[in-house]
Amino acid sequence: MSTVTNTRAQNTYRGGPDENGHFGLFGGRFVAETLMPLILDLEQAYTDAKADPSFQTEMDGHLATYVGRPSPLYFAERLTEHCGGAKIYFKREELNHTGAHKVNNVLGQIMLALRMGKTRIIAETGAGMHGVATATLCAKFGLPCIIYMGSVDVARQKPNVLRMKILGAEIRAVESGSKTLKDAMNEALRDWVANVHDTFYCIGTVAGPHPYPAMVRDFQSVIGRETREQMLAAEGRLPDSLIACIGGGSNAMGLFHPFLDEPGIEIYGVEAAGHGLDSGQHAASIAGGRPGVLHGNRTYLLMDEDGQIEEAHSISAGLDYPGIGPEHAWLNDVGRVEFLSATDDEAVAAFQLCSKLEGIIPALEPAHALARVIDIAAKKPKDHLMVVNVSGRGDKDLDSVASYLDAQTRGAN
Amino acid sequence: MVTRIDKTFAALKRQGRAGLVTFITAGDPDYDTSLAMLKGLPAAGATVIELGMPFSDPMADGPAIQASSQRALRAGQTMKKTLSMVREFRAEDDTTPIVLMGYYNPIYVYPVDRFIADAVDAGVDGLIVVDVPPEEDEELRPAANAGGLDVIRLATPTTDAKRLPAVLANTSGFVYYVSIAGITGTAAPDIAAVGAHVGRIKAHTDLPIAVGFGVKTEQQVSELAGIAEGVVVGSALVSAIAESLDAGGKATAKTKPHLLGLVERLSAALRHEAEAAAV
Repeated sequence: MSTVTNTRAQNTYRGGPDENGHFGLFGGRFVAETLMPLILDLEQAYTDAKADPSFQTEMDGHLATYVGRPSPLYFAERLTEHCGGAKIYFKREELNHTGAHKVNNVLGQIMLALRMGKTRIIAETGAGMHGVATATLCAKFGLPCIIYMGSVDVARQKPNVLRMKILGAEIRAVESGSKTLKDAMNEALRDWVANVHDTFYCIGTVAGPHPYPAMVRDFQSVIGRETREQMLAAEGRLPDSLIACIGGGSNAMGLFHPFLDEPGIEIYGVEAAGHGLDSGQHAASIAGGRPGVLHGNRTYLLMDEDGQIEEAHSISAGLDYPGIGPEHAWLNDVGRVEFLSATDDEAVAAFQLCSKLEGIIPALEPAHALARVIDIAAKKPKDHLMVVNVSGRGDKDLDSVASYLDAQTRGAN
Repeated sequence: MVTRIDKTFAALKRQGRAGLVTFITAGDPDYDTSLAMLKGLPAAGATVIELGMPFSDPMADGPAIQASSQRALRAGQTMKKTLSMVREFRAEDDTTPIVLMGYYNPIYVYPVDRFIADAVDAGVDGLIVVDVPPEEDEELRPAANAGGLDVIRLATPTTDAKRLPAVLANTSGFVYYVSIAGITGTAAPDIAAVGAHVGRIKAHTDLPIAVGFGVKTEQQVSELAGIAEGVVVGSALVSAIAESLDAGGKATAKTKPHLLGLVERLSAALRHEAEAAAV
């Protein structure tokens, strides 16, 4: 496609999307006409904000004093010893205020909403981390906040539901479809169509209609920019490999994007393989899906032969989505990022290992990335520098892990 | 080529009345009942039929059409079956236009070229693909038009004066004016506001205009008949289907007459409006 050609001609992987929001075949603006004028307005507002130095200055201030950035780049010495190969560094996004990388993006979008004069914020959430971040920033800036969350996720992420309520958000449990993240996104889009004049839809990942994938990527790219400086300070050179988990893919895109044009750096995205890629119960859109159109963009999707979207499965609610951000789909097709996967079993094992070796309880989402770090690091030389994005903390997952382990124990007896 | 859609709206114009555009979802609640209802729609007063292509994630639809899509998919409806339903209808009725309405993904994966060929062959007249705005329709519309299908675009309350010409530029058959900023079957349209918007659209196009989203009652239908060339009713019809089902969601003896009875009443309201206007 033309974007692939153009982007390669300029010798960069960082030039996308094109003016219509396409990353090669992927991306675009597949939305109902009612929303088209809104996303065109949003694109204009975002373009203006990017060009306004005061917007970035204000954001940097909030990132420093409210979010707690920069997040540390930490040398995971005992995990490194355990693996016996590459030097493993953690990008500690779980130390951000609200406990995940999600807040980086929400801050940017809420500042944009205020700039556009919007007075009501809606968001979808899966694991609840994006919902918590949105509820938090809405509290800080005094905006009403409505969070759509699948009723299955409401049940399995109780601590985050409680946090959102305490922060003053209204939770709307979604009973349609598979009652998870994709259905929450459908319902948020329905709300937006019905409340176009005052409402800002704060999307939590690098998906949705243009300009969301590019905008969310830009707000999350602070992760990669900091990593670059921090690695130069720690080791005097850039890392050799980057690895991150992928649901929609915002934490991964934030880490990867600033490094895409560094030719020597290996980049790995890890999808959720659930009960295994052959089981039919997974959330690995690239490994097990094909190109299709959903939620405003074209990307790899899990679907049946007739184009009906299939339910994803993962122990991690944050990865339990049948699609992936369109820029990841493109980076896969052009071969710049290698996509791997990790099963529920592997993620839980990595969750336990990381907790015991490093005293850091990761969320189940980055535990998927850690599962592949353990294999890949072991095969690399000791001077190989590897960075994994520890995108969130695991407090929210304790119940899920406990019941998983309990079921395993009972299964073994 | 004079299409079935063109002929139908020309006939309505001669008769001095607006047409009733009825929406049902293909395969709801099952293939056979849905086909029987489809075949009964013209005699009950439907002038144009919108046939929904069920999709797992109908983002622009309210609860009634969502449930209708789910019923059809649970009963095993596929795109191939939807096209075969049109083919069976067309064997008996060569005049009533059928417009397929739905979302892009099942068309995209069919894939597009084969879908258009099969749709033309089955006797489809037009397409409304809710999530393909003008900005993205180069991959669908030119091929559909070349095959003889109208691609009917939606204009909405948010389609401002700056955008309207682009929306109307390549539309054909008729223009679908979405009477509320919202999803199907929810808020009731504000008739005066709809009239103003439809007037604005008419200044830019000679195509007939059909108004829908949120139209449920005979009174709304007759009020809108004075404003537009077609009035679309969808959620109210699929709700009538839902009301007629047994506890297990299966069709009953009441299903077809319950739906067609409602279509007859809505159609009668349109004709009364036309007669009253003529007097």
